[in-house]
Amino acid sequence: MAAVADTTTVRRVRRRITPGRALAWAVMAAIVLITLVPFYWILRTALSSNDALAAHPGDLLPVGTTTGGFERALGLQSAEEAIAQGGSGGGLRFWRYLVNSVVVSTLITVCQIFFSAMAAYAFARLRWRGREAVFGLFLAGLMVPAIFTLLPNFVLVKQLGLVDSLLGVALPTMFMTPFAVFFLRQFFMNVPREVEEAALLDGAGKVRIFFRLMLPMASTPLLTLGLLTYITAWNDYFWPLMVSYSDSSRVLTVALAIFRAQTPQTGYDWSGLMAATLIAALPMLVLFGCFARRIVGSISFTGIK
Amino acid sequence: MTIASSSPPSRLPLGDAAGAGTDRRTARRAATREERGDGWLAAVFIAPALLGFTVFLLWPTLRGVYLSFTRFNLLTPAEWVGLDNYVRMVHDPIFWDSMGVTVEYVLVNIGVQTVSALAIAVLLQRLTQSAVLRGIVLTPYLMSNVVAGIVWLWILDTQLGIGNEIIAGLGFDRIPFLADETWAVPTIALINVWRHVGYTALLLFAGLMAIPNDMYEAAKVDGASEWRMFRRITMPLLRPVLAVVLIMTVIGSFQVFDTVAVTTAGGPANATNVLQYYIYGAAFGRFQFGYASAMSVALLVVLSAITVLQYRLTRAGQSDLG
Repeated sequence: MAAVADTTTVRRVRRRITPGRALAWAVMAAIVLITLVPFYWILRTALSSNDALAAHPGDLLPVGTTTGGFERALGLQSAEEAIAQGGSGGGLRFWRYLVNSVVVSTLITVCQIFFSAMAAYAFARLRWRGREAVFGLFLAGLMVPAIFTLLPNFVLVKQLGLVDSLLGVALPTMFMTPFAVFFLRQFFMNVPREVEEAALLDGAGKVRIFFRLMLPMASTPLLTLGLLTYITAWNDYFWPLMVSYSDSSRVLTVALAIFRAQTPQTGYDWSGLMAATLIAALPMLVLFGCFARRIVGSISFTGIK
Repeated sequence: MTIASSSPPSRLPLGDAAGAGTDRRTARRAATREERGDGWLAAVFIAPALLGFTVFLLWPTLRGVYLSFTRFNLLTPAEWVGLDNYVRMVHDPIFWDSMGVTVEYVLVNIGVQTVSALAIAVLLQRLTQSAVLRGIVLTPYLMSNVVAGIVWLWILDTQLGIGNEIIAGLGFDRIPFLADETWAVPTIALINVWRHVGYTALLLFAGLMAIPNDMYEAAKVDGASEWRMFRRITMPLLRPVLAVVLIMTVIGSFQVFDTVAVTTAGGPANATNVLQYYIYGAAFGRFQFGYASAMSVALLVVLSAITVLQYRLTRAGQSDLG
């Protein structure tokens, strides 16, 4: 036994000092650096003033430290003040878009997951004619790239008179995605039938079983799916760009792109732009901070179908 | 895990919607529950999803194909023009140009991303299985393409960006990454690698976790080097997962839009006018919804062809892990 332990130690020590392993760690460190430095740079720039940024572009710490960038992004500065500090005076108010993003993402996530769960239960556990055919149709829906449906969906939402409304932004993905249905169906199918039958014998109806038994049992996959849906909805840009024209339905991604396009005469308002970027990114970073393990773990079973 | 569906059905008449009707029918229904099923209840459960599927996925897909055969400016009703849009597309040099730009983008994006993701996944498997590192690697994926695009626009700014500061500090000429016709497409491709590589790496990492560790242990006993183990164990066994991930990422890559829209807006001189950006311009800039739909159909056909081809070439359906 001692001999075995010895060789392991020896091998471990030898492995630690091989140039190959050192190189591998160096590569890993470089990857971490490239991944994280842009986040620091957002913060550093957001806390700097535009004049100081131009004078000291290479300083690693904030230069001319100010909260002016955040004030401009949140629309707290008057137009004159903003222009004096290198802003465009365009009057974007990011707190407003933050609320819009929260409303849209929450609406999409809650409705999509709930309706998809209902459908998934019907596919997994209820018996009805045409079940396999409808499920096959849903599966075929997985093959259509989302982008293909955007133009016709825009035409439809316009006909419905929902352009430039929060509901219009949420609508196309509010009911279901084939993936969510497929994913939850897999879970429901793996719930042992005995559990359900015991409840049936106790006189519970299937509706009751769904709400009181199946949904609570599925809380883990529901939360995982919900997190991924929320992230996707929050980060979506193309669809909201098509349907939102004014403050009433503008979400963060669209507002950020408009902020970037409003270039002042003197050049970009980098400080304000990075402050706005931070506002757009922070909720996702906080979400990640709370659920990192679950989000990281979720990748494996969502990606490989 | 799954309980076979042949398990005996409950014979008790149940208090759900399916039990409605005369006594005789109720009894028969309960007796043949397995065949007759939960009709009404199922209809209620499936209704919202089916509505959403039909209205926002199936119908738009059919309508998209239909619109590609029409002239449609959103204000007047669509007018059937047969193959006009497709004829126009074939003769439109800008369309072919943007197809070329898109292919260039996909090649750089997928090439760099797949190799980097594979390297990261193997490092996460063989060097350290730290969950913290997996989290760090995934962080950019939590950002939107818009955020990623804007941050790198700033970092790579020719005069003030820290990226160019470093390049200048090393004694090289500053590179106008996003303002130069040659650099712009690779730069956008790499920005999107930054955002997506961690996600792709974790997909591959999940595939690597399915490879039994004994194989590496056995190879190590035989004195195999890490490189040799990578060639002889990792690559062959990861192939099916790699193939699926490739199909997914290539399809995603062809749909690039956000990053282009916020960094270069298709410029300079159409150098980054990717297909999706051109389609958007045709629809919302020039209100040619028919022509835009025709180009969307073309993209759909290209994507389907690539999927089938890749599936065939990489034998994605088969696994060497028995």
